Amino acid sequence: MTIEPLKLVSSKTLVLPSANIDTDQIMPAKFLSMTTKNGLGEHVFSNLRYTDTGTLTNHELNSESGKACKILVAGDNFGCGSSREHAPWGLTDYGFRVVISSSIADIFKSNSLKNGLLPVTINTEVHEWLMEHSGVHVTVNLEACLLELPNGMGSHSFPIDSFSRYCLLEGLDEMGYLLEQNNQISEYENR
Amino acid sequence: MKKTLFDKVWEKHVVVSETETHPATIFIDLHLIHEVTSPQAFTLLEDRGLSVRRPDLTLATIDHSTPTLLNKDGSRPYVSDEARIQVDTLLSNTKKFDIETHGWDSKYRGIVHVMGPELGATHPGATIVCGDSHTSTHGAFGAIAFGIGTTQVGHVLANQCILMRKPKTMAINVNGELNQGVTPKDVILHIISLIGIGGGTGYAIEYRGNVFENMSMDGRMTVCNMSIEAGARCGMIAPDEVTFEFLKGRKYTPENYEDSCAEWLSLSTDEGALFDKEINIKAEIIKPMVTYGTHPGMGIPIDSTVPQSSNPAEQASLNYMQINEGDKILGMKVDKVFIGSCTNSRMDELRAAASILNKKKIAPHLKALVVPGSAQVKASAEKEGLDKIFKDAGADWREPGCSMCLGMNGDIGLPGELIVSTSNRNFMGRQGPGVRTILVSPETAASTAIAGVVEDPRNLKKIK
Repeated sequence: MTIEPLKLVSSKTLVLPSANIDTDQIMPAKFLSMTTKNGLGEHVFSNLRYTDTGTLTNHELNSESGKACKILVAGDNFGCGSSREHAPWGLTDYGFRVVISSSIADIFKSNSLKNGLLPVTINTEVHEWLMEHSGVHVTVNLEACLLELPNGMGSHSFPIDSFSRYCLLEGLDEMGYLLEQNNQISEYENR
Repeated sequence: MKKTLFDKVWEKHVVVSETETHPATIFIDLHLIHEVTSPQAFTLLEDRGLSVRRPDLTLATIDHSTPTLLNKDGSRPYVSDEARIQVDTLLSNTKKFDIETHGWDSKYRGIVHVMGPELGATHPGATIVCGDSHTSTHGAFGAIAFGIGTTQVGHVLANQCILMRKPKTMAINVNGELNQGVTPKDVILHIISLIGIGGGTGYAIEYRGNVFENMSMDGRMTVCNMSIEAGARCGMIAPDEVTFEFLKGRKYTPENYEDSCAEWLSLSTDEGALFDKEINIKAEIIKPMVTYGTHPGMGIPIDSTVPQSSNPAEQASLNYMQINEGDKILGMKVDKVFIGSCTNSRMDELRAAASILNKKKIAPHLKALVVPGSAQVKASAEKEGLDKIFKDAGADWREPGCSMCLGMNGDIGLPGELIVSTSNRNFMGRQGPGVRTILVSPETAASTAIAGVVEDPRNLKKIK
């Protein structure tokens, strides 16, 4: 089973400056009743994008330029709260391939890596610059683990688990790797 | 090499060791599943022609999308067709793969994190996962228990293993004597307000000290449950006599119980073992807590005032809550009270709430909802007459489920309403669009229900 490989993502950024954007904000519980992954992009950040009566707000997420952004920059501690994978499903279905923050919650990070969404954690200084410069064109180079900024702001390396990086670059899911360990798992079970 | 409780349990479950290039493969002893985060995982299995490797280590229930009311004809008022389909999908998937399922007809059905321990399926020293972030609850028994996403639910269904790098460890030591009126919920809300909503990110927490040693299992579960609200996937407490007493004679208590207890005792952190981080808290400084913002880290003692916001996010949070710096939460008019959720829906908590509501009436303008955590809790509570106390007070006594904690089943508040809740998250809109949530202990929730405004349970006891 393959997912779309992720090597280089070059795009304008969309900034959601709030800290602690939890997965309830990303994908409210009322959209968790579905039994497929389809169409969740329509509901991602629905509290920002729709009024109480269901009409579209003028939030940047609803604009054509917003929809073209593949890189989301968000406030600290992005993706905290519920383990719902509907959050990264919604973000990727919307069109995002990268999320950048100064810290990203553990379960959300793990879920994102399994869905072709690259979580990039960078230092506060770079993070603050990105937060203040919404819409700048940046490049995320996963092969080199570098975030390349414009305006002479340089390149900044970011940490990523080597196995997750390999899977993203090759477009592989982890299931295949686990299935190959069948013998070791059987041995463990028979201990 | 001196080891922590986490180290010992982790090492026992390594199938393939972690290397620089690959995470560890960890065997999972118990996989709990429910209707919300499993359907796409079963689809993944089917797409790849895979089966469930260990149905014997998998337990299912329905809790999130389930109505907590019954229609007069006995049918169930699902919030939507999707919710009904989701429940039916779980039931058909688990039937197909021969997974023990506690559905509508089971006397054990309940919130997955209430049901597992009640069945005795939650064992000390085990690895437990579930597609639910509050899986940390089971750490109260000395298990490594954490929430996973749906892709990993698929991995565990197919392989009974997950890929993971070992997290760092953090000890949170709380020693001393708790003040009167301070409950396990107040202890964990205090901890989260201290270390922050992201303070535990990357860590597995071990709660240590005489305060946790003196807690009941229900209390320990409340504490471990909310580890994720500080960002830690996993929170643990070393198993001891309290743990063993709880597990005695349950459906899935190991047959060689005595031998197991001896082994479980040896899991405790070795004297002098090092944690990556250690935090010491004096029990005496903890007071009954309330939250005032839109995440569980924004908590203060119930008798203090709302602090100045330190950043724009906190200010946005205060704006949403319609609360200002310097305000008192105590005395704020409340529209609804919710007593329930995987944090606070067990017998200890229902007894505590009932003792306050006994022979009292809830405020006339207010609605109160009491939702037991499981069919077992419901039956025990009814045997003790707690249901009667709640109903006589004017509260709703419902069927077990997650209910208003996340409102997936339609149990939600109206825009602008202020809900005092014993659940775990006060996120914007969590209990309904525009709803404002204050997290408290069951004692504070019950006192608030009577007063109609946020009330300190210590005051109510004085009046009595």
